[in-house]
Amino acid sequence: MATSVMDHSGVHDAAKTGLWSWITTVDHKRIGILYGVSAFVFFLIGGLEALLIRWQLGSANNTFLSPDRYNQLFTMHGTTMIFLAVMPLSAMFFNFLIPLQIGARDVAFPRLNAFSYWVFIFGGLLLNSSFLFNLAPNAGWFGYANLTTKPYSPELNVDFWIIGLQILGIASLAAGVNFFTTIINLRGPGMKLMRMPMFVWMSFITQVLILLAFPVITVALIMLMFDRHFGTMFFTVAQGGDPTLWQHLFWIFGHPEVYILILPAFGIVSEILPVFSRKPLFGYAAMVFSGAFIAFLGFGVWSHHMFATGMGPIADAVFSLSTMLIAVPTGVKIFNWIGTIWGGSLQFKTPMYFALGFIAMFIMGGLSGVMHASPPADLQQTDTYFVVAHFHYVLFGGSIFALTAGAYYWFPKMFGKMLDEGLGKVHFWLMLIGFNLTFMPMHFLGLNGMPRRVYTYPAGTGFEFWNRVETAGSLLLGFSFLVFVYNIFRTMRKAPPAPADPWNGATLEWAIPSPPQEFNFADVPVVHGRDPLWDLKRERGGMLPEPPRVSGKGIHMPNPSYWPIVAALGVLVTLSGFIIGFPYVNLVGAVILLIGIFRWAFEPAG
Amino acid sequence: MHLETTTGLDSRKMAIWTFIGSECLFFASLISTYMVYKGKSLTGPYPHEPWTNPSTHEVVKPILNIPLTSVSTFVLLMSSFAVVLALAGAQRGKRGMLIGWLSATMVGGMIFLGGQVYEFSHFVKEGLTLHQNLFGATFFTLTGFHGGHVTVGLIWLGSVLYTAIKGDLPPEKALNLEMAALYWHFVDVIWIIIFTVIYLIK
Amino acid sequence: MDAHATAGEHEHPTAATYAKIAVTLVILTALEVAVYYVESIRRYLVPILLILMVIKFALVAMYYMHLKQDSKLFSGLFVFPIIIAIVVILALIALFSVAHPTLTTVAP
Repeated sequence: MATSVMDHSGVHDAAKTGLWSWITTVDHKRIGILYGVSAFVFFLIGGLEALLIRWQLGSANNTFLSPDRYNQLFTMHGTTMIFLAVMPLSAMFFNFLIPLQIGARDVAFPRLNAFSYWVFIFGGLLLNSSFLFNLAPNAGWFGYANLTTKPYSPELNVDFWIIGLQILGIASLAAGVNFFTTIINLRGPGMKLMRMPMFVWMSFITQVLILLAFPVITVALIMLMFDRHFGTMFFTVAQGGDPTLWQHLFWIFGHPEVYILILPAFGIVSEILPVFSRKPLFGYAAMVFSGAFIAFLGFGVWSHHMFATGMGPIADAVFSLSTMLIAVPTGVKIFNWIGTIWGGSLQFKTPMYFALGFIAMFIMGGLSGVMHASPPADLQQTDTYFVVAHFHYVLFGGSIFALTAGAYYWFPKMFGKMLDEGLGKVHFWLMLIGFNLTFMPMHFLGLNGMPRRVYTYPAGTGFEFWNRVETAGSLLLGFSFLVFVYNIFRTMRKAPPAPADPWNGATLEWAIPSPPQEFNFADVPVVHGRDPLWDLKRERGGMLPEPPRVSGKGIHMPNPSYWPIVAALGVLVTLSGFIIGFPYVNLVGAVILLIGIFRWAFEPAG
Repeated sequence: MHLETTTGLDSRKMAIWTFIGSECLFFASLISTYMVYKGKSLTGPYPHEPWTNPSTHEVVKPILNIPLTSVSTFVLLMSSFAVVLALAGAQRGKRGMLIGWLSATMVGGMIFLGGQVYEFSHFVKEGLTLHQNLFGATFFTLTGFHGGHVTVGLIWLGSVLYTAIKGDLPPEKALNLEMAALYWHFVDVIWIIIFTVIYLIK
Repeated sequence: MDAHATAGEHEHPTAATYAKIAVTLVILTALEVAVYYVESIRRYLVPILLILMVIKFALVAMYYMHLKQDSKLFSGLFVFPIIIAIVVILALIALFSVAHPTLTTVAP
């Protein structure tokens, strides 16, 4: 292969800018940025849907939204935030950071990585295209059968949802295989498993969850599709089927899924807290094992979403106990974060604000989660706004706070510019206040009996006041993200270039220029401990000099390729055929997919 | 090429194992569904018991054909045997052994698929369809998706056979065949489970 | 070819070993089909069949999929999902036989 190094190095220099270079890119950093930008746009769309929902609920008997439009909006809000915002925002960090933090030049399968991204974006566009036909999914992000079977959902809304999720599942599984292999196999010299940064560890556990949970929802969606189109009766009671099977399969996927959403956030916070406390992470091994334990238990708790179905005392007791058990490793993590900042010399920078906000908000969400673990309490809370309050405290107060912290922390590494600290802190306070104004009152409304998934409520129920407060809070929350967007635009236009290591970081990504060059490391660093860059700085007696940009001649990087996007298009067309209901479309898609895969397989990988 | 990996193991082989691990949960979900609905069909035909059609008063025998399926199970097992020999041939650079046994593997896979096509069409004639009863729904879904995996395996093995015939599968590229072979064996062990769970357990 | 490609790969069994496994698999399959027809052991049919199934599964996985010789990591990548899969299957069977007694009483 020695000759090809010379041949291909010229190609890289030729195609580095322009749209085509982004379409054919296999660079994990560029793919990470693509994930981030797309997911942020979807996040804003999902946020807009939430604001419309809040506007509708701001007053009693409101007619701002029709019931069907309301159903579409709350379904798409949930689906968008989970599959198109939080998961791909995590994927942005997986892509950008995993190779950098383990000392690799790229992921194990760069073209598969591009394929994952394109499948994801096509799936997201397909799901949202349903709005154009006024056929947006309208049966909830959980798609409960038999509400989603043909007699109760005769239009194509649910088909958009089924096929959209199926496509997004393929993207997640492909990425799961890729990152799993990357972390096991592409660690640089000295990067032993128990030296990996906590973000890499949590990402690794997340990939295991993705690999084992997504096939289950794939099967459930297949069965639902068969029920809708091919006359099977998996979920039809009159023919012996049982709708609770859907709920079981959905939550066997769905509960690991919530850890897929939160574990990367745990990892991000575990990176940020030590750096801004000037102390190593407290209880590293306990953090690793509690993360693994959470993931493992995550497969044994799914039925706590179903206490209201009446599973009987034995099943209720088992799932209640296993659920409460998860509070233990989660508590271990929280104590370790507090142990990390305890006695540290704290630097109150914007990422630290968001990381600390994460701890406080996540504790509150965790506590209301333990409340649901008790079946008698859960029966009171099921289908009320109390549950909505709970999962927004863990998903928004947890995941989004941590992802925002990560965005401020790694922005200089990704784009080579520092976000404005003052605006960042304004963003934080507006977001914290807006978030609590929006979701805190939901606890009270829920316990007072306000049901979820209902488009309006009558006057005189006592729900009006807190709903008005929530709507005001949600507008503040939305505004806080406008400040963030403004900060990004201002930074990209005006800010001076960022140094390689603006925060005095502990991990390898801060050892290279911001933004990193295509090959990441001119010389792959040798790791001797858990905080490799701190070790190096201590050895050299202070900060390191700014690393120079080097030519990278002779470093062999994979070739760009457009076959991943062709194969992804094949996936989209093949599965869209099931919505269109015209078998030739499936056939054409399968041909495109096969051509894409074969040309990809027989193309020189470089 | 990523020959120098942290573990010394090839990344592509690790990826195919990871994928196989993920597929375990795919088939676990289908098998669970079959087991949950076993014996819950409200109408015939049934797998192991005779059934009188109430509208025609015709008696439909237990629908599963154990001798036929035993033969196709045997054929699939033998194709697994053939593909390890093909792999051994590839690794040792024995071209005839590679091409011969790989062709035999594919013939086995095709016979298996042919048996499945015959079985499915026979069942449909007997009145068992996807929408007849829960047995039909779960049976066709589980065995159908297994058959789909066999088909994908055949396409994969076929493309490897094509490179072998072109002379483009030297021993250092034997991993190309090994990955397809691992997938093929996985499809085979899933059939071992299906054969027991659907066909033999009454 | 350099030493890397063979690192982690151990001696694979000979064709004779593969053939012995194949013969064993055929015998076990014949045994499975045979016990299906023997009425007198009907009571023990399920455990016998499950044991035979596990043996066949293990033989293919260990010898044909080379898990016996290859890195233990690959075995882990297969066994861990299998454990989760078995837990899921057993839990669902239990949930639907114990927890949903109404379903079993629907009259045909």
